[in-house]
Amino acid sequence: MLPGFTMAEKILAKKAGRERVEPGEIVEAEVDLAMVHDLTGPLTVEVFEKIGAERVWDPNKIVVVFDHQVPADSTRSAELQKKMRRFVADQGIKHFFDVGRGGICHQVLPESGLVRPGMLVVGADSHTCTYGALGAFSTGIGATDMAYVFATGKLWFKVPPTTRVEVVGELPRGVYAKDVILAVAGEIGSDGANYMAIEFCGEVVKRFSVDERLTLCNMAVELGAKTGLVEPDEKTASYLGANPSSMGEVVRSDEDAEYADQRVLDASGLEPMVACPHSVDNVKPVSEVVGTSIDQAFIGSCTNGRIPDLREAARILRERTVSDGVRLVVIPASQRVYEQAVREGLVEVFVKAGAVVCPPTCGPCLGGHMGVLASGERCISSSNRNFVGRMGSRESEVFLASPATVAASAVAGEIADPRDFLGD
Amino acid sequence: MRVEGKAVKFGDNIDTDVIIPGKYLVYTEPEVLAQHAMEGVDPDFSKRAREGVVIVAGKNFGCGSSREQAPIALKHAGVRCVVAKSFARIFLRNAINVGLPVVEADILNEVDEGDVIAVDLSSGAVADLSKGFFKPIKPFPDFLLEILRDGGLVEHLKKRGFGK
Ligand code: SF4
Repeated sequence: MLPGFTMAEKILAKKAGRERVEPGEIVEAEVDLAMVHDLTGPLTVEVFEKIGAERVWDPNKIVVVFDHQVPADSTRSAELQKKMRRFVADQGIKHFFDVGRGGICHQVLPESGLVRPGMLVVGADSHTCTYGALGAFSTGIGATDMAYVFATGKLWFKVPPTTRVEVVGELPRGVYAKDVILAVAGEIGSDGANYMAIEFCGEVVKRFSVDERLTLCNMAVELGAKTGLVEPDEKTASYLGANPSSMGEVVRSDEDAEYADQRVLDASGLEPMVACPHSVDNVKPVSEVVGTSIDQAFIGSCTNGRIPDLREAARILRERTVSDGVRLVVIPASQRVYEQAVREGLVEVFVKAGAVVCPPTCGPCLGGHMGVLASGERCISSSNRNFVGRMGSRESEVFLASPATVAASAVAGEIADPRDFLGD
Repeated sequence: MRVEGKAVKFGDNIDTDVIIPGKYLVYTEPEVLAQHAMEGVDPDFSKRAREGVVIVAGKNFGCGSSREQAPIALKHAGVRCVVAKSFARIFLRNAINVGLPVVEADILNEVDEGDVIAVDLSSGAVADLSKGFFKPIKPFPDFLLEILRDGGLVEHLKKRGFGK
């Protein structure tokens, strides 16, 4: 008998119009949704025009989000955004999230219900793998590939083998989805899942909210993976405001599917984790780095700028203040998250604590604006990358951690253990 | 298809943020991007690369962001080919699409900076002409080789009358 298939294989087979596909095979598949943002969109449009294409294949299946350099921070980005607005209008692109309408692409697409289980989604941004949290096959591509998709609605894919990561046990207090994925990064390494799909499963993942699953899948690319995936369930349905039967095409891996690798992580023994400079797999338990001085703390990004993240940070910052000599930057991932944070009084907590709360944008995550680092400075950040120069100067350092660890560190003025601030 | 150039060596996990830092992503002009190629690890790289070089690197070259500005910057700075132990997948696709040859081969420890490296993509071999060794590499599928031969996906599609 033939072995079963993984979610990734099933979705790609379906979209390629095939019975079955095997890892390593190259197939051409039909794309359900394609996303570009303000930094990759202009290059895509340039290539689109160069290849002589005139109309996009389907203006209802393209999403344009302005999030990286917004509100425009220079005439240069203002011009690029003007160019993209014109393209959107000319092509009649339906889903356009301008400044003040959306937020960070990887929050906007899931929360607006555009991504559904079983879809094949591509985005001109490496963290497009985030949407696998909703059971879609979703991956990042470059601008030329995207121009080809804009023109044809299709793209070639190499079918990835799948690594299965099962998270069991019970998360201890002060330990979050971010700590789980950092622990996985530490174990697998920053190229440990190169070209693969990572399927996250197990009781801990089942208990995770969709927001937490988004954090897990967001960082799949930091392990080299093509996508992260979580099997859709009732939580996915309620997140999408749909019924489990009508939320999309629910695809599950077969019991006897073949995996390239299978790992089990017991979350019960986890501590809050920190990825030290300059690599995401340079992971240590917080206890080993407690006391490291910091200049800046950043809570935001497509990894951890969602409501549960802000709530946890606010729990720690309520009636406390940011330490002298430290800047705390808080950036809600989307307008909706921002609005909710205002409604719940979280923004007030941050402002009172001495944080600066910025409008939804990628901001300092990629060293763009709103808090870039000078030489010799050190930042603890809830984002996903700590490469050399990622948040500014080549001589700055970035530590990655959960929003709770970042908030605790902002209060302490040095890297701190959130468990010391959370009470019981 | 054959390319040749002097070796410039880098280690493991060379990410796209060091290949072209985020602050230059508001530029799409290849010449401007080329001036800042590899700035994150070697600010003088664009000067060194001008005469035509082959980058020899370790594992996971091009990891990180999907920015196509990374292979564009390298190509226009004078990089004729990147030979690495392994590549991050988005970078690999982007490189082929912009017409920058990339091959997987583990030669970093055997090559010295400045050695003349030759790569034959069609037959699938990489050689260090200064040391006189050569290694077979996994040849590319034909359709990817054709894209490279045409100088990238844009030229490839144009040649085939796309958009007409
Ligand atoms: S928040 Fe950071 S990682 Fe996420 S899309 Fe923006 S720049 Fe990329």
